[in-house]
Amino acid sequence: MASGTREVVSSGNELAALAARDAGCRFFAGYPITPSSEIMHEMSDLMPEVGGVCIQMEDEIAGVAAAIGAGMAGVRTMTATSGPGISLKAENLGLAQMAEVPLVVVNVMRGGPSTGLPTRVSQGDVRQAKNPSHGDYRSITLCAGNLGECYTEVVRAFNLADRFMQPVFVLTDETIGHMHGKAMLPTEEEVRNGIVPRKTFDGAPEDYRPYECAPDQPAVLNPMFKGYRYHFTGLHHDSKGFPTEEIETCRKLIQRLEDKVMMHRDEIELNEEFMLDDLTGEEGEVLIIAYGSVSLAAKEAIRHLRAQGIKAGLFRPITLWPSPAESIKKYTDKIKNVLCVELNIRQYTEEVERVSGRLDIQGLYKVNGRAISPYEIVNKVKEVF
Amino acid sequence: MAFNYDKYLRLEKMPTLWCWGCGDGVILKAFVRAIDKMGISRDDVCVVSGIGCSGRFSSYVDFNTVHTTHGRTVAFATGIKLVNPDKYVVCVAGDGDALAIGGNHTIHGARRNIDITLIIINNFIYGLTNSQTSPTTPQGMWTVSQKSGNIDPTFDACALGIASGASFVARESMLDPKKLEKIFVKALEHRGFSYLDILSNCHVNFGRKNKMASAMENLKWIESITMPKKKWDELPEEEKMNIFPTGVLKEDKNAKEYCDLYQEVIAYHQGKRKAITQNDFEKKI
Repeated sequence: MASGTREVVSSGNELAALAARDAGCRFFAGYPITPSSEIMHEMSDLMPEVGGVCIQMEDEIAGVAAAIGAGMAGVRTMTATSGPGISLKAENLGLAQMAEVPLVVVNVMRGGPSTGLPTRVSQGDVRQAKNPSHGDYRSITLCAGNLGECYTEVVRAFNLADRFMQPVFVLTDETIGHMHGKAMLPTEEEVRNGIVPRKTFDGAPEDYRPYECAPDQPAVLNPMFKGYRYHFTGLHHDSKGFPTEEIETCRKLIQRLEDKVMMHRDEIELNEEFMLDDLTGEEGEVLIIAYGSVSLAAKEAIRHLRAQGIKAGLFRPITLWPSPAESIKKYTDKIKNVLCVELNIRQYTEEVERVSGRLDIQGLYKVNGRAISPYEIVNKVKEVF
Repeated sequence: MAFNYDKYLRLEKMPTLWCWGCGDGVILKAFVRAIDKMGISRDDVCVVSGIGCSGRFSSYVDFNTVHTTHGRTVAFATGIKLVNPDKYVVCVAGDGDALAIGGNHTIHGARRNIDITLIIINNFIYGLTNSQTSPTTPQGMWTVSQKSGNIDPTFDACALGIASGASFVARESMLDPKKLEKIFVKALEHRGFSYLDILSNCHVNFGRKNKMASAMENLKWIESITMPKKKWDELPEEEKMNIFPTGVLKEDKNAKEYCDLYQEVIAYHQGKRKAITQNDFEKKI
């Protein structure tokens, strides 16, 4: 075993909870929903063990509201749910975006729309994660592609939430959430050492302006009850957090919510490039774009394709939003045959089309609640290219 | 000497957005006096408000303040309180906020008996949005969404609080600011969910179309529909339904508070006590 790692046997949902605890999360509020409930089950043990709190609230809305409340108070906080839960939480997620409250939201995706296929896998919430509620802001959405990432992406989400002062989504899915297996994790110590807490202001309270910051930076929100009395609101607000309709203040605020993320995409972007090294742009090469649990099948398919003489590789965005536009374009400019594989209908393909400027992207989509097998991908490649 | 409110107000936010003669200001002042009387530091108080006229309450007072989404005050406050069990967390919500869109959180905050003070400013109408029917609009009153007269049954907010398990339930009106101040002190001192139905006037958007266009007329109407609980208890049953009793309607000092109970959960998970069983509680079913 490499130093600085530990081997565990666990499930995706359990690992997401463990990661939260190790990353310093001390509050969890949720509501039962398949297939994410195990995260709350785990948190109900893990939180009190370390003096934190896990509470099952009366509904999904209250789950996210209580979590945001704890975040406002200054504590690292998380909620977990599945698609219908995100739909219900949407309004309050907008408040957290507007008031700049850090929060981690794990969405273990199941089939939709509506009640959909509660116990079956899907990636149908990718588009929802980009804009779960009304108004302008930039979502940060990470997507775990294997058991280890259910842990590492949740850890990364906590640090990004505090860096950018906003909710950060971690998308997993029913397959990976309920998958039980071996995973290599960083040590607790390494995770602890990697924690970058949110910035705070330690000057005189009368000089404190929580929302007065550079045009590309997030708010600096001190914990509650420490002598810095300020105001949270979902209304457009001034430098002290108080409601305003002043034209320039309103414009600057919303522009800053956009720019604080989009001008620092390099801090958020993370991709895996699998067997792409030897793709040179020759005729017949295949670029597969897939993310989440689907990428496991894609990798297997690539091995089969290569064994059959087809040079294929995988580009896997781990950060879905904001999308890794330049990185995708680098490959779509070079490689002619591009196949997107998703457990939805074109939700990320449309983003690939947008950033690549190409409308000849091929797709393999499955929306019946079943995982995509490597052979389906192999057959699709042979069929369309 | 007259009470000086300046220390507790965000004076730069004055004047308030509330209409002339609105009861919200009277309630705000009584609340501030209660905090002052108890000698609580402004840093130790968090005021959480929702949407509506009452939603602006939080921005006018110099505490830690949160203006949340419509109806969700108690849910947000639950998160704030659970990570700060020794601080004062106060929700200010309107009748629509606390009893319609946020009714579920009101029920479950009360059921948990978490140490939050919920001040429902009940003016019987959606005032901010131009007088639509609220859960407390009396049957037969005119509203902009029921112009032939409200057919929704009249609702007793305190009955909900009592049934839901709040350990302190009281009703007062803004007619008597001294009483209001006292009830706020009692509620803040109470360890558990304090549920306050505070009747207030909205002569502009409720009274005007219901033959009480001035603040005074609206207040006289409130006076006519309220009665101290002691007197109310003596009324014949058939008269009780048309009068709201005021004062402390329920006070249970023995009910266990949620943050305190959660300490027992922590103790169990840290190996300091055995699992919680029915024997830890009075009620066994």
